[in-house]
Amino acid sequence: MSDGFEAIVVGAGPAGCAAAYTLAKAGIEVLLVERSKFAGDKNVTGGVLYGSVLHELIPEFWKEAPVERRVQRHVISLLSEKSSVSIDFNTGASDHPESAGYTILRAKFDRWFAQKVEEAGAMVITGSRADDLIWDDGRVAGIVAGGDKITAKVVIAADGVNSLLADKAGLGVSLSPDNVNQGVKEIINLPRQTIEDRFNITADGGAAIHFLGFCTRGIHGGGFLYTNQESLSLGVVVQLKALIDSKLKSVELLESFKEHPTVREWIKGGTSVEYSAHLVPAGGLAMGPQLYSDGMLVAGDAAALVLATGRALEGLNFALASGIAAAETVKMAREKGDFSRKTLSQYTTLLSEGFVLQDLVRFYGAPQFLENKRLYSVYPELACSLAEKVFEVDGSPKRTVWQLAREEMKGKVSLWQLIRDAMAARKTI
Amino acid sequence: MSDMTTEQRLALNHYNVDTEPHIRLKTDVCQECDVRPCLYVCPAECFKFKEGKISFSYEGCLECGSCRISCDREAIEWSYPRAGFGISYEYG
Repeated sequence: MSDGFEAIVVGAGPAGCAAAYTLAKAGIEVLLVERSKFAGDKNVTGGVLYGSVLHELIPEFWKEAPVERRVQRHVISLLSEKSSVSIDFNTGASDHPESAGYTILRAKFDRWFAQKVEEAGAMVITGSRADDLIWDDGRVAGIVAGGDKITAKVVIAADGVNSLLADKAGLGVSLSPDNVNQGVKEIINLPRQTIEDRFNITADGGAAIHFLGFCTRGIHGGGFLYTNQESLSLGVVVQLKALIDSKLKSVELLESFKEHPTVREWIKGGTSVEYSAHLVPAGGLAMGPQLYSDGMLVAGDAAALVLATGRALEGLNFALASGIAAAETVKMAREKGDFSRKTLSQYTTLLSEGFVLQDLVRFYGAPQFLENKRLYSVYPELACSLAEKVFEVDGSPKRTVWQLAREEMKGKVSLWQLIRDAMAARKTI
Repeated sequence: MSDMTTEQRLALNHYNVDTEPHIRLKTDVCQECDVRPCLYVCPAECFKFKEGKISFSYEGCLECGSCRISCDREAIEWSYPRAGFGISYEYG
């Protein structure tokens, strides 16, 4: 096995699997190395996977992949301490399976994907931790895993947010509490029928609910609730710096989130069966990811290729697309017989031609916008208190919604500030 | 279903606990720290502050890396557990 491969991919998450799959399909001798016993064992996502990128790689993947439910109900819910105001979009009869969102559980999903990689002709070794890089005359020439030296013409580091390999090569990003979010999640079992009745969804349909406000007790972050076939994924995602500054623990936020009157009804009667945590790089391009060097490429979370907008955090498709782009770059380099940084710089070109870098460039300022504390406290509370006034009939003379809004805003946010925030939001939501 | 402690939450998970810790603290450096971000960012509450000292237990670690990123004193020697050890999610 130490005779050498054309390419080594480290990490069997979506970026690594997409890269190895693409290479194997092109007949390139590729090794996929994963530290966990089975691919997916260590991996966590919210999570909803939008289908378009994977559909290009594995057409109609949803027919064979272990996806949980196809999202038909998208809800955004603003929480105050006791109440909530929601926008509820039902996709109705629309049927676009290729662009729909699918709830997934990564332990199952990634294992399936790694299996596909193996079937495509790659060598997949799980239970092997890549500890170091092999260097040859200043270029990366392989990895050291489980004490074995394995050489290759190129290494693709897809080893996740804590990419120790990218660190060793001086690639990837520099993570700090202000550009990393922490997600904690519980899997809560509920009978299939209960889920479908409670969320008003069909047998294969699903709901994705995003929360803002009291779910993080007003600090930088949000909450989520996704329906799986026979369980719910419930969690909060919070900026590390916000936790440190507020001296709050995400598990405390999760606890009070579960006890919120709105959420309590969604999860009633359920049994918690797993507690997980994971980090999300959320600083966007301002983190200045270094994507390649001589003999090495970095993909997915390892390169912080995650889109943070005012709407959501999206990492799965960025991981898949960057993994594919890395593999396409390797294919080109192989044809040229040159794996130097000059050839591998094509990776950036490919990412710029697709949505990965275009989106990250367009939403460059979003992480900065998301530092605005009013998004997590003042506005969700305002929405709830205004709704309370609007839907209250107490026998006193009625006022217009605008009058009520101005009254509720008093002492919380000025009209000028609200307009300024709305203007800033234009470019980031 | 509420009021679970973090220990009870962690007890839901499957671990293959190694005999050797994968994370080590330079406790003499911790001794000089008064911010102690590790106490707040660790989702498994592996860090405890008792009698003026930080202690750490690796067994319940979820391998997220929050402590690694949040400690600005480089008091944490962080690595992944050896292959085959550590957290093993059933759902993920």
